Amino acid sequence: MATLGKEYADGELIVRQGESGDCMYVIQEGEVEVVIMRDGQEIPLAVRKSGEFFGEMAIFERETRSASVRARGRARVLTVDRRQLLSRIEEDPALAMRLIQDMSRRIRHLSAELARLKSDGPG
Amino acid sequence: MKKDRWNISSASSVPLESGARVAVVGGGPAGSFFGYLLLEYADRVGIDLSVTTFEPRNFAGIGPASCNMCGGIISESLVQVLASVGINLPSGVVQRGIDSYVLHMDVGSVRIETPLREMRIGAVHRASGPRDLKVARWASFDGFLENLAVVRGATVVRDKVTELHLDGDRPRIVAGGRPPQAFDLVAVASGINAATLKVTGVEFQAPKTTKTLIREYFLGEETINRHLGTSMHVFLLPVPGLEFGAIIPKGDYVSVCLLGNDLDKAAYDSFIGAEQVRACMPAGWDPQKNSCQCAPRINVLGAPQPYAQRVVFIGDSGSTRLYKDGIGAAYRTANAAARAAVFHGVGKEDFETYYRPACERIEKDNAIGRFMFGMTGYVHKSATLRRALLDMTRSEQRRAGERRRMSAVLWDLFTGSSSYRQILARTFHPAFWGRLGYNIVRSSVTARRA
Repeated sequence: MATLGKEYADGELIVRQGESGDCMYVIQEGEVEVVIMRDGQEIPLAVRKSGEFFGEMAIFERETRSASVRARGRARVLTVDRRQLLSRIEEDPALAMRLIQDMSRRIRHLSAELARLKSDGPG
Repeated sequence: MKKDRWNISSASSVPLESGARVAVVGGGPAGSFFGYLLLEYADRVGIDLSVTTFEPRNFAGIGPASCNMCGGIISESLVQVLASVGINLPSGVVQRGIDSYVLHMDVGSVRIETPLREMRIGAVHRASGPRDLKVARWASFDGFLENLAVVRGATVVRDKVTELHLDGDRPRIVAGGRPPQAFDLVAVASGINAATLKVTGVEFQAPKTTKTLIREYFLGEETINRHLGTSMHVFLLPVPGLEFGAIIPKGDYVSVCLLGNDLDKAAYDSFIGAEQVRACMPAGWDPQKNSCQCAPRINVLGAPQPYAQRVVFIGDSGSTRLYKDGIGAAYRTANAAARAAVFHGVGKEDFETYYRPACERIEKDNAIGRFMFGMTGYVHKSATLRRALLDMTRSEQRRAGERRRMSAVLWDLFTGSSSYRQILARTFHPAFWGRLGYNIVRSSVTARRA
């Protein structure tokens, strides 16, 4: 009872790739796994831990979800509504700073990953 | 003196420079949010500040002496905003997640649930618990926030500030009976329930207030789970002076809160004796055996000018939301003041330009709130209207997928999740009035037949 958010069982789907989304998620407890389906094959992308967020692209673009996310063990997750958050960011742009910092960190990580793949690749 | 990129000084702006000393008077939510956010923003722009919070109470204690006295509800919108900035409220502080509320009137009750059925409202105690607490199973919410500011770099001094002098070039405060100490910025977050802070050198007009009543009852977790569950119970009952009452389930206790105009013991007894209230509580419950009680004042009209040169009044000391979401308003004013101080300056004109608008937004919204709560007077007077409201909400809750217009209005009005302006805007839709009109006619015909 002494909790915020919603509890998901191990393996339970939180976000489905291809669906439209109007919120992002903040992990309150536990871990989630981000996976992408490609040519019928499941590719694990990342693991997000307590305190981290996911699904944040839905806040800034109106595209469908780019990946699926499911609980890894028992996880408790809080949703943050797009409309609610954007109206608060309109009032206080500094509110977006943590999102920007985190997305910047992820771009840095992806750039390093891309560089590694290119250097490991053929030729 | 602040200089722009052309190295031209602005005569009226007073920038906060590295090495500046900042005093925060009061370590409740507004003071702790301010200390935390000020240090966070200062770090972003590379300013080193020394922040000292003066708070005589130890929130790890129990009862009114350690408590900031309020219903202890963290609104849906604040929970989401805090999560977005990386402040996640731990389960050791949130005593119960609330996912629904039940509206009780003399004509019946209706449960209103969030579409996601997710716990997005937190019920907390401001101290470690009521005065008869034996074992502290949950930590104080105010203590959690105070610790956030400390981890960010603030220092807490357990002294009470009794005087604030604004007649020199720097504000000076008197704390713990020691000689006055000068600071580059003083943020006053002592609220409106602490003994009056003596302010000299500036004409500060305090906010207007009204009295509320809060009582805590020990029921035990299992009993609360069985009788109240994860719902907040809201009552619209014909008690003189009462806008509304609420029973908020916590861990082992429930908080009974009455909001209205200068409520007294007779109003409380009338409320607590109502059959709708008794029906929510277990058999044999004795309302006189409360664990803890207080009659805190709440701010109903903000301070006309909540700032001066190098001084800013935040939270209840400045402006807060009418009846609802006081902790959310503490975050808003603390954040606006911290942004103004770090990114613009701490002069009177800096606060006038960059802080005042945040307070004005709250006060303008409160004016709409006063109008909306005024409308509940009509609901109190008309049984037909009460039945129509109940029928419309029940019908919405039964039908999945339907736009729940009345449910959304009531949810936001009683949980404080949206601004009063947004709630009023929801009622402008023709479908809202169409369905309400239909239910009024239906209720009126049913009453005549009966």
